[in-house]
Amino acid sequence: MTNESTVCCKCKQPVMASELADNCYICPKCGKYNRIAPRVRIEFLTDKGSFCELFGNQIETDPIAFPNYKNKISSARQSSGENEAVLCGSAKIGGYPTCIFVMNPEFMMASMGTVVGDKIAALFEYAVSHKLPVIGYTASGGARMQEGVLSLMQMAKVSLAVKKHSDAGLFYLVCLTDPTMGGVTASFASLGDVVIAEPEAQVGFAGKRVIEQNTGAKLPDDFQSAEFQLKSGFVDGIVERKDQKEYLTKMLAFHCGKIKYGR
Amino acid sequence: MIMENNMTAYEKVRLTRSSGRATVTDYIKGLFDDFIELHGDRRFGDDTAVIGGIASLGGMPVTVVGTEKGHDIQERLRRNFGCALPEGYRKALRLIKQAEKFKRPVICFVDIQGANCGAGAEERGIGEAIAENLYELGAVKTPILTVVIGEGGSGGALALSVADEIWMLENAYYSVITPESCASILFKEPSRAAEVAEYLKLTAADLHSFGVVEKIVSEPGNFSDATQKAQFMSALKTDMCAKISALKNVNPNKLVRKRYEKYRKIGRFAEFK
Repeated sequence: MTNESTVCCKCKQPVMASELADNCYICPKCGKYNRIAPRVRIEFLTDKGSFCELFGNQIETDPIAFPNYKNKISSARQSSGENEAVLCGSAKIGGYPTCIFVMNPEFMMASMGTVVGDKIAALFEYAVSHKLPVIGYTASGGARMQEGVLSLMQMAKVSLAVKKHSDAGLFYLVCLTDPTMGGVTASFASLGDVVIAEPEAQVGFAGKRVIEQNTGAKLPDDFQSAEFQLKSGFVDGIVERKDQKEYLTKMLAFHCGKIKYGR
Repeated sequence: MIMENNMTAYEKVRLTRSSGRATVTDYIKGLFDDFIELHGDRRFGDDTAVIGGIASLGGMPVTVVGTEKGHDIQERLRRNFGCALPEGYRKALRLIKQAEKFKRPVICFVDIQGANCGAGAEERGIGEAIAENLYELGAVKTPILTVVIGEGGSGGALALSVADEIWMLENAYYSVITPESCASILFKEPSRAAEVAEYLKLTAADLHSFGVVEKIVSEPGNFSDATQKAQFMSALKTDMCAKISALKNVNPNKLVRKRYEKYRKIGRFAEFK
């Protein structure tokens, strides 16, 4: 690990990169959950060496020829080192085989275009044919405007794939991370058998500022926080990062009875 | 009856918002007999922006659901300008599941700028309500036909558009975001809405070319002209009766399989097969 210095996204205090990484990317000074690159998150969550990426092909698409979209994609690719806003694959967690997808807010705010939608739908279909559960880590600003109505339709496409997976009796757990908004909240982020969230993650449909402008009302600080969603009845629990692997392992054990939960 | 149509995308968007257009209530009067409205989601309340009930379509019992903006300002206020709340989507789902039980086809009418944008909608899970509709409608074992009669505003419209067929009026639009919001977010200039409306490819012809919409419905030149409106309704009713009869003859399992495939192929890449 390097001794580079970085700053917390909230308190802006300098912190050593290695110190942040050792603390699950939670600021040691203010406790804020900083963002984790999807591959690092997968390393945290899955058994060593078990992750096998699926649907990782780089796709060039600009279905409605939206101005400047291609440039935005290529700069997102450069800055994130990933070719799209979601990483999919199969892995083991606590010994249990599972499919997993992790969305990446560093890539165009993890907005959902056709590639993101198709990767996630394909993952659910893969999970159906291999009889595997799906663990999904969501983050998104919503549907990707630059792909117009085709991005909107991904909400329906993925929701139907989730239904197919559910009807096959398979388990789907969602972990909502900061921020999960718009069309992703209004589709597969809300459809888990179990929905958990990271502390203080922003989760909602319309943006808070948009609602304030629209209604003229000042909203409380915790509006659309994970804690707000817990109180409103839309998440099953808030799980700290350090506890997530154990939580997922227990949930997989409860739902994937073929393999013994030995202890 | 059909006007020469060379309107720009944004002119169409503006037209769908004008007060002279037929709304769901007018379609219910024009296409069906013996409509009985059913209220409430059985969970929280009754959303006045969503109308639902049972009616006869040429002698066939059908369930009708739609978003209603209202005609005059009083009605528009009462109906929240058609911006549906979570309880509106949950009412719609309740009635659609009821239709499935009694093997009644479902006809949805969409005319909504966007789902309700307010604190109450968030507290009661507007996102979850839309998600649940997408999820359930995909597997409902009865025919669903959606007609987009005006604005097809984002997730709020999509929640009533998981259907075996989507029809769209020739001047209706369907978009991931309003051109005004898109211009304001991407270009920081809401005044560029007309230009952005072209970029978004939101017209009926665009949606038809993407394979999202199966049929473009010709509009009367003037909805306020009683004769033109009656002719329009009569032609639409004929087409609707034929389509619903045909869909009723499809095995429900096959119907659901085909519905899945319809959405599955939108934005599908061979690399991920």
